Amino acid sequence: MKTEHKDYSVVLVGPAGMGIQTVEQALVKILKSAGYHIFATKEYMSRVRGGMNSTSLRVGAVPVSAPVERIDLLLALAPGGVDHVSERISSSTVILGEKEQFEQEIPAGIRMIDVSFERIASAIGNKLYSNTVAVGLLGAVFHVEEAILEDFVLKRFAGKEQKVVEENKKAIQAGFEQGLRLVQSGLLDIRLQPDQRVKNQIVMEGIEAVGFGALAGGCNFIGAYPMSPSTGLLTFLAKHGKRFGVVVEQAEDEIAAIHMALGAWYAGARGIASTSGGGFALMTEGFSLAGMLESPLVIHLAQRPGPATGLPTRTEQADLDLALYAGHGEFPRAILAPGNLQQAFELTRHAFDLADRCQVPVFVLTDQYLADTYYNTEPFDLSDIRVNHHFVETQEGYLRFALTESGLSPRGIPGFGRGFVAVDSDEHDEFGRITEDLNFRTRMVEKRRGKEKFLIEQAMAPTVWPSPKKEHLVVCWGSTLPIVQEALEVLGREDAGLVHFLQVFPLHPSTAEILAQARTRICLEGNAGGQFARLLKAYADVEITHRILKYNGAAFTVEEIVRRLKEILK
Amino acid sequence: MLDEKVFYPGKLDIAWCPGCGNYGILRVLQKALAELGIEPHNLVMVSGIGQAAKLPHYFNCHYFNGLHGRALPAAFAISAVNPNLTVIAESGDGDMYGEGGNHFLHTIRRNPNITNIVHNNMVYGLTKGQASPTSRRGFKTPVQPAGVINEPFNPLAVAIALDASFVARTFIGEAERTKEILKHAIRHPGYALVDILQPCVTFNKVNTYQWFKENTYWLEDHNPLDRRAAFSRAIEESEGGKLPLGIFYINPNKVPYNQAAGLYETDARPLFQRSVDREKLKELLQSYLG
Repeated sequence: MKTEHKDYSVVLVGPAGMGIQTVEQALVKILKSAGYHIFATKEYMSRVRGGMNSTSLRVGAVPVSAPVERIDLLLALAPGGVDHVSERISSSTVILGEKEQFEQEIPAGIRMIDVSFERIASAIGNKLYSNTVAVGLLGAVFHVEEAILEDFVLKRFAGKEQKVVEENKKAIQAGFEQGLRLVQSGLLDIRLQPDQRVKNQIVMEGIEAVGFGALAGGCNFIGAYPMSPSTGLLTFLAKHGKRFGVVVEQAEDEIAAIHMALGAWYAGARGIASTSGGGFALMTEGFSLAGMLESPLVIHLAQRPGPATGLPTRTEQADLDLALYAGHGEFPRAILAPGNLQQAFELTRHAFDLADRCQVPVFVLTDQYLADTYYNTEPFDLSDIRVNHHFVETQEGYLRFALTESGLSPRGIPGFGRGFVAVDSDEHDEFGRITEDLNFRTRMVEKRRGKEKFLIEQAMAPTVWPSPKKEHLVVCWGSTLPIVQEALEVLGREDAGLVHFLQVFPLHPSTAEILAQARTRICLEGNAGGQFARLLKAYADVEITHRILKYNGAAFTVEEIVRRLKEILK
Repeated sequence: MLDEKVFYPGKLDIAWCPGCGNYGILRVLQKALAELGIEPHNLVMVSGIGQAAKLPHYFNCHYFNGLHGRALPAAFAISAVNPNLTVIAESGDGDMYGEGGNHFLHTIRRNPNITNIVHNNMVYGLTKGQASPTSRRGFKTPVQPAGVINEPFNPLAVAIALDASFVARTFIGEAERTKEILKHAIRHPGYALVDILQPCVTFNKVNTYQWFKENTYWLEDHNPLDRRAAFSRAIEESEGGKLPLGIFYINPNKVPYNQAAGLYETDARPLFQRSVDREKLKELLQSYLG
């Protein structure tokens, strides 16, 4: 392999429990230390051992933040691994692995370099070190200095017994030497120019960016029931929350989780409910309660394919309708859908302020793809992090649901002021006591619904890229942003651009006007029903001319979008 | 000690039937709180749905009258984010033991510093007379016309099995003793269950004031620190005896949630008084440089 790319696609494949994720995490750290842009996404089965999982890494001289089908280098760690990704293998793919394990699987004309990570590891003392050997080998192939690798081992195994540290050091050296031999013999010749900017950038997963956004937004309460792919947020807050005074409690079910979050907001904290579609289905009564109590609430809904249990570890964008229509009765809500790590941070942070300011529930709608995907990015801007609380000190005679000119009733909390803060799930009067006065009911419905105007005033405009006034516009929302961006770069058509919605509801007032400029409006989304296209028609009267939909559980890839755009834009 | 009138909200249209046991609970609770000197502004009542759950509306205090069965998770969170508040979660037997049964189990396990008052009239009132989880076998209702066949839920036995830190049962016909038990429960650090037997004068013609008088007795010579004894007392009725009243069980060694979670170790302020620590956030971000 002697090619000069802007980036290389490296895929690791093996059964669950073999440590693919360990290799992935190690490579992300090491390659970033060496100054490469790095991107990693994984697809995995809903099981703890066995099956077949893969991680796709892109190592770049330029920023990379989207998955590709292409595989330049495939590390197959167990039989069946090559078959698992066979559709992605082409004549430019080089396979690294133990030849005799894969004889049946290697397609004709595909190059395989015979390397036995296990044999090298066993020689050092334990075949468990195979992963470390693989990391060392890839380090050499990407011209990473040996010192960086050793430094990694010392950090990674800090606190472990000396024998483990020593043997891992040996394993990484052995892998490194083997890699050097491959490079020197000309079998692998990868040349990428490191980028000095990378060293000052952060690298994290989407779900961690959501976690940062939550902390920056003043989140200090999470009650959650674990559910893929949302669990990472609970884990993040459990790991780091203590330092920030976050109350973290594993709830008995999602119903408890959302009611805890509401209790927390009621008493002046900032709670988040984090779950996936099935969990949110249980939360919908609590969601409706937020509407009635006029409580702020942030819901992180990490989508995965349904209905029901669906594909627990795969991705989809099919819970937009769920978020849009959830909850009995009528009340406003906002739905934010981050497209990249920066947006995951910014929107989650913003969600807390928006919810508090407008006294409505706000969704941060992510998905498994975004949650589990890593790459390097500029450090988040923390320069103006401060939490503006929107509750008030109450006075004697305070009315939680006072009818005011603005339409918002100042929100008091118990323990702050001389008023009583009374909230009720029944229809209530201005104080918060049950009422069945039907004329008053009308006014309260209008008051609750009226808050949508604040959400529209503060709605975020869609991102138009690269510039407005294109004949063909790809319309997308949420996590597909970087993939569509790269696909359009590859497509290279001057007349095509994209409009990305990071706020999907309520829509920014400019929506219709922006989309009206184009002749072709192609809505790309990860579901079968074209849910966002329907939303655009219903709420902005925009006609979508073409749809690109995907609902097999996998994320879009750059090549796939290019192919499908070519079919439409002949 | 306060004047109990501080808890009177003024004239209201009360939705309970004349003679309902809820009136007694309301009065006794107001007295107990006044005697403990708990200021209405530091009191949050959390309830669910049902006739019992309307009690906070007839009280001068903060309240969170949420959804059916969901008082406990909200009450837990309120007590976790502001330890200065006195939090009482109260509702009926259907709400706490039926719809909210799962939360009942897990809130006991969490041991938050809340008092859980359950108005137990062995029937559904607001939905007009169906069986509740605590209805006795043979109790006839429009939905169970041949009589209840299911085992009655035994909240005390369940709570003791879960090593709840305070477990008591009382009967609203005994106002003074109920008040003393409530005071003890509210003072108790950690989760405290007070199951209050009360008649439903409209929909339960079996478990009347008279029935409760004849079928209950007060625990004497009982050591509430003895969990095994407490459990055997809690299952007496199912073995053909009467329903004992009193404090069944106290575990003084249980650590309340906020303390166990270390929430206020380094900063005693309730969460609403705090803000984000930007320096710590910067530090954490640094750790992601690789």
